[in-house]
Amino acid sequence: MRATLAALTLFLQSAITLLSAVTLLSAITLLSAVTSPASALEVSGYVEAEGSAFLQDPLYSGEVRDSGSFSAQPEFYHEFKDGSSLTFVPFARVDSADDRRSHWDIRELNYLYLADNYEVRAGIGKVFWGVTEFVHLVDIINQTDFVESINFEEKLGQPMVNLSIPGAWGVLDLFALPYFRERTFPGRKGRLRFPLVVDTDKARYESPDKERHVDFAVRYSKSIGDWDIGLSHFSGTGREPTIIMELNARGRPVVIPYYELINQTGLDLQLVAGEWVWKLEAIYRSGQGESFYSATGGFEYTFVNVLETGIDLGIVGEWIYDDRGENAVVIFDNDGVLGLRLSLNDAASTEFLAGLIQDASSSSRALRVEASRRLGSSFKASIEAWAFFDAPEEDILYSLRDDDFVKLELAYYY
Amino acid sequence: MSLFLFPLTAASETAEEKGLSIARQADIRDEGFSDYTSEMMMTLKNKHGQKSERKIRLKTLEVDNDGDKSLSIFDTPRDVKGTAFLTFTHKTGDDDQWLYLPALKRVKRISSRNKSGSFMGSEFAYEDIASQEIEKYTYKWIRDEKYKGQDCFVVEQYPVDKKNSGYTKQVAWIDKAEYRVEKVEYYDRKKSHLKTLTVDGYRKYLDKYWRPDEMYMVNHQNGKSTKLIWSDYKFKVGLKDSDFSKNSLKRAR
Repeated sequence: MRATLAALTLFLQSAITLLSAVTLLSAITLLSAVTSPASALEVSGYVEAEGSAFLQDPLYSGEVRDSGSFSAQPEFYHEFKDGSSLTFVPFARVDSADDRRSHWDIRELNYLYLADNYEVRAGIGKVFWGVTEFVHLVDIINQTDFVESINFEEKLGQPMVNLSIPGAWGVLDLFALPYFRERTFPGRKGRLRFPLVVDTDKARYESPDKERHVDFAVRYSKSIGDWDIGLSHFSGTGREPTIIMELNARGRPVVIPYYELINQTGLDLQLVAGEWVWKLEAIYRSGQGESFYSATGGFEYTFVNVLETGIDLGIVGEWIYDDRGENAVVIFDNDGVLGLRLSLNDAASTEFLAGLIQDASSSSRALRVEASRRLGSSFKASIEAWAFFDAPEEDILYSLRDDDFVKLELAYYY
Repeated sequence: MSLFLFPLTAASETAEEKGLSIARQADIRDEGFSDYTSEMMMTLKNKHGQKSERKIRLKTLEVDNDGDKSLSIFDTPRDVKGTAFLTFTHKTGDDDQWLYLPALKRVKRISSRNKSGSFMGSEFAYEDIASQEIEKYTYKWIRDEKYKGQDCFVVEQYPVDKKNSGYTKQVAWIDKAEYRVEKVEYYDRKKSHLKTLTVDGYRKYLDKYWRPDEMYMVNHQNGKSTKLIWSDYKFKVGLKDSDFSKNSLKRAR
């Protein structure tokens, strides 16, 4: 109860900061409207207050029980007469508990050049590949911003030059990725971590060029009737580090991320068949230990307008298999996911998503619940909760066994 | 050939044939627009009078021998800004539909099988918003009637895809002079009157194509309504197939 109160206080403090920011933003918007009525610069974005409350006491020394946090992500966009455009999306977060989570990033800063037969995007950008709901295997261009969320969907901006050539035969995308981004990990005071803090300052690379190694990627995609097909290949420093545990010079155990040079070939397939959507993602990776393959796939079935209430109910079933099995440090080696998606289709766009992840070879389970709705025309409230059950000691989720949490977010969009 | 397709003597025509020929005539009169863009302000109102707005921009491309292609981009509410739908309508079978989620930069293929779902929380279902292809209905002329001072045909249309449509029938008032839809009554699966659409403020573009300024949908069963205010129609702006691709969906603003 005390913890919940603390979280609520932190959340309220963040909310007050949010409101001050909203006032400031309104003033800026008003001012810019007055000073430059004909400006072609489009400004939008959001500011967000967040509070996280954990159900159990921290397991590891240094961890702060609950946290409040504040983030902002403005977006500046300018379109030129020929359709080419400039996009700039900075991001920053201030976190009450974890100084590693207090961080900033340039999510996007790129120039898009549109020619008749091709387009080029150069700068820092974000690219998503894939079709499945819960685990994203094929998606490899951007590094995961793991301190943001444990769902692997928040990404760091990736420096790139992307040439995209569309044709009747499909779309060919070529990428040169001149700079590598390290995965972010929680610090000593942050929760949702291993017993030992990952020492990101000591990150190691297989490539002697370290983060300056130039990676390349190519993707071909096409829609044929009810099928959407994607084939991709990545060659360069892998985004998923191998976690090395060793003793440092003073004989203390340390955890260090090691980024190998890998080759990864990916396939993503999607078939729409009436109310059914069938999905498959598969990868083959070499260069990180023994070569292996991994796949995830399943279905989504939607009951539209259930009992004429206007509500849509979707059922998602997905399976994840990783060839490395129990020996590797992967969260999902052989797991099933059952998901439920509810869209109320109301004016506030109320949505609800729940997923239960069950390990096939042990009792380990994780439950993830998300819900959101708009408040008025500019605010959006979201709630996210995770619970971890019965992970055996050798399971990676064992580290999170006492990290069940509820996260509340209130965002203002402008 | 055309002499056989359009019988000269109306007397030999059945009510079904007359209904179909009215739909054909309306379709022919709108042929050749090739492409257009427009803006739409959608206002949802619940039974307590609370309002909620969405601003949407639309691009439409006419496709020979198939349904239109369309791209709709959301400007507001702000939290869904940049969200976009790409739809390839087909004369027969399901439409192809993709959704773009800007926060994740993700293009998602979505099922278009069930047409009765609400479009963005409004009283318009996907099947009301989608390109109205002749082949999607069968028709029956009922009577002629004056509506708002204009001579109109009253035509019933029945969805071909009975299983996935939310309607058993639609009753449309189409004016005889210009073949514009003035009013539509929608009957649900229980055959009771569900919604009424009224269309106002028609204007003629490029001296041929009629488009309305306002569409108003009232749901009689839940007391909610949705008003669409259309503006900035621009015809023949030179849109191409490549403006209706997954690449264009990703950069839609």
